[in-house]
Amino acid sequence: MTEQNSTGALIVKITVLTIGAALLFAPFLFQDVRSLEVAARICVFVVLVASYDLLIGYTGIVSFAHTMFFGFGAYGAAIALKQMGPGWDAVMVGGLAGMLVSLIVAVAIGLLSLRVKAIFFAMITLAVASVVLVLASQLSDFTGGEDGITYRAPQLFKTATKLAVDEDGKVLRLFGVKLNGKLAAYYFVFATSLALFVLMFRLVGSPLGTVLKAIRENEARAEAIGYRVVSYRTFVFCIAALAASLAGTIYAIWLKYTGPDTMLSFSIMIDILLMVVIGGMGTMWGAVIGAVLMVLAQYYLRDLMGAAAEATSNLPILPELLNPDRWLLWLGIIFILLVYFFPRGIAGTIMQKGIAK
Amino acid sequence: MTLLTLNAMQTNIEQYAVLHDVTLTVPEGGVFVLLGRNGAGKTTTLRSIMGLWRPSPGSVTFRGEDISALHTAEVARKGIAYVPENMGVFGGLTIEENLILATKTGKFDTARLNRIYGLFPALKTFWGKQAWSLSGGQKQMLAVARAIIEPRDLILIDEPTKGLAPSIIDAMADAFREISETTTILLVEQNFHFAKSLGRDMAVIDDGRIAHTGSMADFAADKALQDQLLSLSA
Repeated sequence: MTEQNSTGALIVKITVLTIGAALLFAPFLFQDVRSLEVAARICVFVVLVASYDLLIGYTGIVSFAHTMFFGFGAYGAAIALKQMGPGWDAVMVGGLAGMLVSLIVAVAIGLLSLRVKAIFFAMITLAVASVVLVLASQLSDFTGGEDGITYRAPQLFKTATKLAVDEDGKVLRLFGVKLNGKLAAYYFVFATSLALFVLMFRLVGSPLGTVLKAIRENEARAEAIGYRVVSYRTFVFCIAALAASLAGTIYAIWLKYTGPDTMLSFSIMIDILLMVVIGGMGTMWGAVIGAVLMVLAQYYLRDLMGAAAEATSNLPILPELLNPDRWLLWLGIIFILLVYFFPRGIAGTIMQKGIAK
Repeated sequence: MTLLTLNAMQTNIEQYAVLHDVTLTVPEGGVFVLLGRNGAGKTTTLRSIMGLWRPSPGSVTFRGEDISALHTAEVARKGIAYVPENMGVFGGLTIEENLILATKTGKFDTARLNRIYGLFPALKTFWGKQAWSLSGGQKQMLAVARAIIEPRDLILIDEPTKGLAPSIIDAMADAFREISETTTILLVEQNFHFAKSLGRDMAVIDDGRIAHTGSMADFAADKALQDQLLSLSA
């Protein structure tokens, strides 16, 4: 029995499909602004985590420059939308510019650095990403510096845009949800993220994916059967960079704001790394689970702890321990427990269960 | 006809000179056996042919073409397959994935696949299983199968009987005999009984130098030479 058809794999697939359905109907299931923000962030981070998993999980490349590519895509769209105005031409120009810069930098890093040992490659990506972060903060005329850039999204995505109107000319509601530009923007994020995820999913299921897994296991063996490892590693590094760049463009359109903290910071890089580890390295399903759990924790763990602290206010110590300000401590404890009980990540561990030894 | 020539090949691994002067000619067809004591340089010779370690100076000529400067992947594409000592399978991949990796088009040639099933029936039985879960003998079968899933001119096999049960070794010998009818095998082996049953020509490497070449039949008949070149006490 293979990993693909074990009982555990079935559980993971059903879970991910349920998450997909929840994201598809999110505007109707959770009718508040914050929930829609969370759903959109999950969609974007699924792409970002899946593309990072192409590197670390499928090919064994440790890179700290993934948010840099995310930032290139975001800044490309942001600068174009600011300079050219809120049109689709700006989105196209900005998105393509972000992808082009990402591709050039990825090829340069790949060809120059992927021959060196993993730790040195990781350090090189860290150095390049740090330089880009500093540049984004200092080239304020171009990038808006620390304050970032605020701009308008295309007309279709404005909240005031009516996608459908009733007889009185008012925006039509479907199950209580206004059919307006905000809804269009969410489905733009959902559809583009889904398309990118499916593309990456197909990539890892293709013969190329098998080669990548072989390279991850043993580079010398892969070379001995005829594969140029540096070429494949550079190729996958470029694919991951392009996917991250597109994710950045999508998120920039959704947020209508791009700044170093939201698009380029190392805390995002750490988040991506945690999501990959929590979900399970080397499984695209894990990218979905990791992104969902981490984003939900970031948005709702404080609230949950606040409610728990209130509920236990009559007890000693507990309210203090559950103080919402300590949410990062609890996030750390949850992470340690997850790593302990799911050493291959949630999806990886569950999928492994039930496989004949 | 000569298939492979190693000419005054020297290989250094970091600061250590492992091969000092390896000159060897492997004819086309049959099994050529390379014997030698532990640490004599047998594995280094195979890895140097594959370009995994770079011989310098010296050269490797395959079908008259100097391949010493080629990248390992290019050497493999010339039609040379390598079955390393530790079986060299990809544990996280299934048998099917391990084999498909070695195909040129990403598709199986049905006739060759059936031949592999005939040689190693266990691979068909455990087709969808991940390689890490196979027994040592099955892993070795998979490694050899991967080498012959495409037509090759030369297969380098490093100590295929190491750690295997006698019944598996017999099956492996039968398989090598059949494979050698169409493909040349350069076999590195410590199990002299196994090597003797397969080899047509042979060489002995000692301390990084070729110490003897000749026919396997002659070498098998010369007990004194065997003791001199292969015994642990020598």
